[in-house]
Amino acid sequence: MTSGTVPEDRDAVSSDSLETASPLEAHAPALMPEPSGGRRRARMSRRGLLTWAGVVPFFAYAAFFLLIPVVVLVFKTFTSVNGGFTLENVRALASGQYRVAFVASIEVSVVSAIGGGLFGLFVAYAAVHGRGPRFIQPLLTTFCGVASNFAGIPLAFAFIATLGPTGVVTVLLADFGLHIYPHFTIFSLIGLSLVYIYFQLPLMILVIAPSLEGLRVEWREAADNLGATQSQYWWHVGLPVLLPSLAGAMVLLFGNAFSAYATPYALASGGITLVPILIGQVLSGDVVITNPRLGDSLAFGMIVIVGVTILAYVLLQRRAAKWLR
Amino acid sequence: MATVAAPAETKAGRAPRKRRHVSFWTWFWLIMAALYFLVPLYSTLQFSLETSQHGYGFKWYSQIFADPMFRTSFLFSLRLAVETVIIGLVLMVPTVYWVHLRLPQLRPVMDVVSILPFVVPPVALVVGLSGVFNVMPWLLSNSQILAFIYVILALPFTYRSLDAGMRAINVKTLTEAAQSVGAPGWKTLLFVILPNIRTAMLGGAFLTLAIVMGEYTISSLLLFNTFAVYMYYIGNTEAQPAAALAIISFTLTWGAMMGLFLLSRRRGRASSPGVTAVSR
Repeated sequence: MTSGTVPEDRDAVSSDSLETASPLEAHAPALMPEPSGGRRRARMSRRGLLTWAGVVPFFAYAAFFLLIPVVVLVFKTFTSVNGGFTLENVRALASGQYRVAFVASIEVSVVSAIGGGLFGLFVAYAAVHGRGPRFIQPLLTTFCGVASNFAGIPLAFAFIATLGPTGVVTVLLADFGLHIYPHFTIFSLIGLSLVYIYFQLPLMILVIAPSLEGLRVEWREAADNLGATQSQYWWHVGLPVLLPSLAGAMVLLFGNAFSAYATPYALASGGITLVPILIGQVLSGDVVITNPRLGDSLAFGMIVIVGVTILAYVLLQRRAAKWLR
Repeated sequence: MATVAAPAETKAGRAPRKRRHVSFWTWFWLIMAALYFLVPLYSTLQFSLETSQHGYGFKWYSQIFADPMFRTSFLFSLRLAVETVIIGLVLMVPTVYWVHLRLPQLRPVMDVVSILPFVVPPVALVVGLSGVFNVMPWLLSNSQILAFIYVILALPFTYRSLDAGMRAINVKTLTEAAQSVGAPGWKTLLFVILPNIRTAMLGGAFLTLAIVMGEYTISSLLLFNTFAVYMYYIGNTEAQPAAALAIISFTLTWGAMMGLFLLSRRRGRASSPGVTAVSR
């Protein structure tokens, strides 16, 4: 208790010295003439107000450029053009090409999240527990930082140069008699997932590595001493402890892939329409739509899906923190 | 003694075999990852250097560098990046400082708000922004607006990096010490807090740089000719100069991340900003 009161006193002293120093506080008492009885309480609330005023610029900024746009978007999704509440715009998402776009988006996201997630898990495990050379981990972290940021237009170009119809690897494989085209194209769902894994893999490694580090050697030794086999250890100890972080990381990868726009856009000549691509087409007037609210409802659908994944990620991370510290 | 020695012996007998077994898979996965990372880069590099059937040279690079549109778009993106960093820091440093000093109860709220840019994908943000700004169209036609929107994109990274930086130093003690020698609030922030969070600020700045230099979604949909938009335009017309541009862009990302890495090494664990940006 005493330790609680001491800083408070010091706070009061320092705020007095502030009042003489800062011009803002110096003339403030004149603005608020108070009878001496309620003066202290009034001063406290005035200071409280000033304290809150310190974060107003930030919240105003976030409101103007983020919150209000989203609120307007949601509002427009649920109102018809003539005004009045409607579910028509949301219902439209489940039909025709919009449904196809959502299904395709979810497919690419799931495939690249599972593929990149498992790949990343093994790589991270090799780096953390593989007893390899010491330089591996910092090297891997740096590479992951670069690779997870190397996305969008240049990434699409890099994969066209690699696995495109005349890409270096395509030509190399053809020299060995393996003609991957036209069975495979970089513009297909599988091709797109391969491209996505380029940024999914490093993200997975960065997200899962701390959890793998939390997997204590002592648990492994304890299991060994009790005569557990490797699979028994994983089934009864490793996996249960790791599962929340693993699920969380994969969910995050899903959301990450789902939001991608530039990468699929640069590869979209194959005709795969994903939700973000469709929104882009609506925004730039490339497609004829009868419902002007469609862009809003598509964006709303995207925010809901990504929002749920981020929420799941946060909750799973919290669950994971129980064992892995 | 014997009961103690027995398990130790079996362990010692098993350990080398197990280690070699683990080692194979360790190398296997690390090499797979290295291949996945390097092969596309190598292919792009080779593609960008091929000038004829069997000739190599920097022809496409010099063609890119000679293109006036490259210069204007590159400098435009660079200017936006610098502006984004400045606006972001001016907005966030005092806010995070204030929250740490006076409103620690607000930190969960700050955490949530700073994740929101992840929840709202850039393409959805553009839909929302055009919905708001169609009542003030002059705002969206001014290229300056991009820097303000990019501050939102960079917010998770700026916030997390500053938050970690301020947590590593004792904001309250430093502030009280400064006030006890009579420093006003702004002087405390400028001359006491800022030098102590320099690394965190630089870390956030490098990430912001990486995001803005590659940002395509928002700038293309709002019809501004940024570096990424120029890259896409070149890719639509000529493949090999596009590969050269991809290499240039990769070098940029690499430079920004190396800067970040060197910073985090110098500072140790004191402030480790997240190292992933979103510019898909």
